[in-house]
Amino acid sequence: MAFTLYSLIQTAILCTNAVAVLHEERFLSKIGWGVDQGIGGFGDDPGIKAQILNLIRSVRTVMRVPLIIVNSACIVLLLLFG
Amino acid sequence: TMDLPHHGYRATKPRARAGPPAGDPLLFDDTSSSTPAMNTQGYYTPGYNMGAPAGGPQGGAQVNNLFADPMANAAMMYGSSLANQGKDMVNKEISRFMSVNKLKYFFAVDTKYVMKKLMLLMFPYTHQDWEVRYHRDTPLTPRQDVNAPDLYIPTMAFITYILLAGMALGIQKRFSPEVLGLCASTALVWVIIEVLVMLLSLYLLTVHTDLSTFDLIAYSGYKYVGMIFTVLCGLLFGSDGYFVALAWSSCALMFFIVRSLKMKILSSLSSDSMGAGASAKPRLRLYITVATAAFQPIIIYWLTSHLVR
Repeated sequence: MAFTLYSLIQTAILCTNAVAVLHEERFLSKIGWGVDQGIGGFGDDPGIKAQILNLIRSVRTVMRVPLIIVNSACIVLLLLFG
Repeated sequence: TMDLPHHGYRATKPRARAGPPAGDPLLFDDTSSSTPAMNTQGYYTPGYNMGAPAGGPQGGAQVNNLFADPMANAAMMYGSSLANQGKDMVNKEISRFMSVNKLKYFFAVDTKYVMKKLMLLMFPYTHQDWEVRYHRDTPLTPRQDVNAPDLYIPTMAFITYILLAGMALGIQKRFSPEVLGLCASTALVWVIIEVLVMLLSLYLLTVHTDLSTFDLIAYSGYKYVGMIFTVLCGLLFGSDGYFVALAWSSCALMFFIVRSLKMKILSSLSSDSMGAGASAKPRLRLYITVATAAFQPIIIYWLTSHLVR
């Protein structure tokens, strides 16, 4: 497996897109991963599920606008240069 | 004890987390303002003397002082102030992403530390005390503590590995410059992947350690020393030597990683000594440590086997 830096960037963009696409009320609530089902124990260390839900929610919030910009740039570049 | 300054290192004082020195000298000292004055004086006045009357040289020299020297002086001042501004701007931009002080801590090494650390990476079985020593809440620099991670050895080992890969491919007549770049970026990408997976798993299991990103990069970069040793043995002694060296460096590296990370990950149980969630945590932390250690031989084999065919 020979990795170039370009493939690393591609992987990062694809993974971030995959996490940002998980819709809150259409999908995550249906499988029990909604916002209200995450925050379980206060004061103690949160479990793995709470951490994952927190991560998904924060990625969605933080990376929404940069992903729009980066995806548009990728689309334009791929259209121009194949 | 004062260490002698070695070539190639800046001899900073051995303070913990040594910050940048207060009075930083300019990039270029402004010593040239005095000499051109004398040079231009020397250059201009003979030329003026030849075509001027006898009383001329005195006034001529002074007029030339006013013309040539202020311009040169002003240009010199302007250039050095521009350079200063550029340096400040670069420092400000870089320090927004990563703190340069913390990075300097990782490169505060000396020859004795490098020797001991390399010996430790290849033969860690006799080392007794693996605890990173502190000095009033800040970790000691690598110069004073053998157990402290540093970034000098991983960087040098990475570059040496790339050069060695080029040499190995050249011996087998499979060399081309693109392959070298490909090898370098593959190794770099694997380091990034490993550091990201470590960070993710430490975050998910809410392990409160003081392992920063640079520490993880350092521990992940120590495997390049093992890789260099393995490739060298493979080149010198053929396929048998390669597998023997692979086994030796894998065992040594696994032992080193487990002992080093055990102190950081497994013993950071300051808050959950209540016993409430302590049953699952140490097991998962143990899994993380063992998985990190087990990943090293795999990646060493993956990245070096195509070099020693």
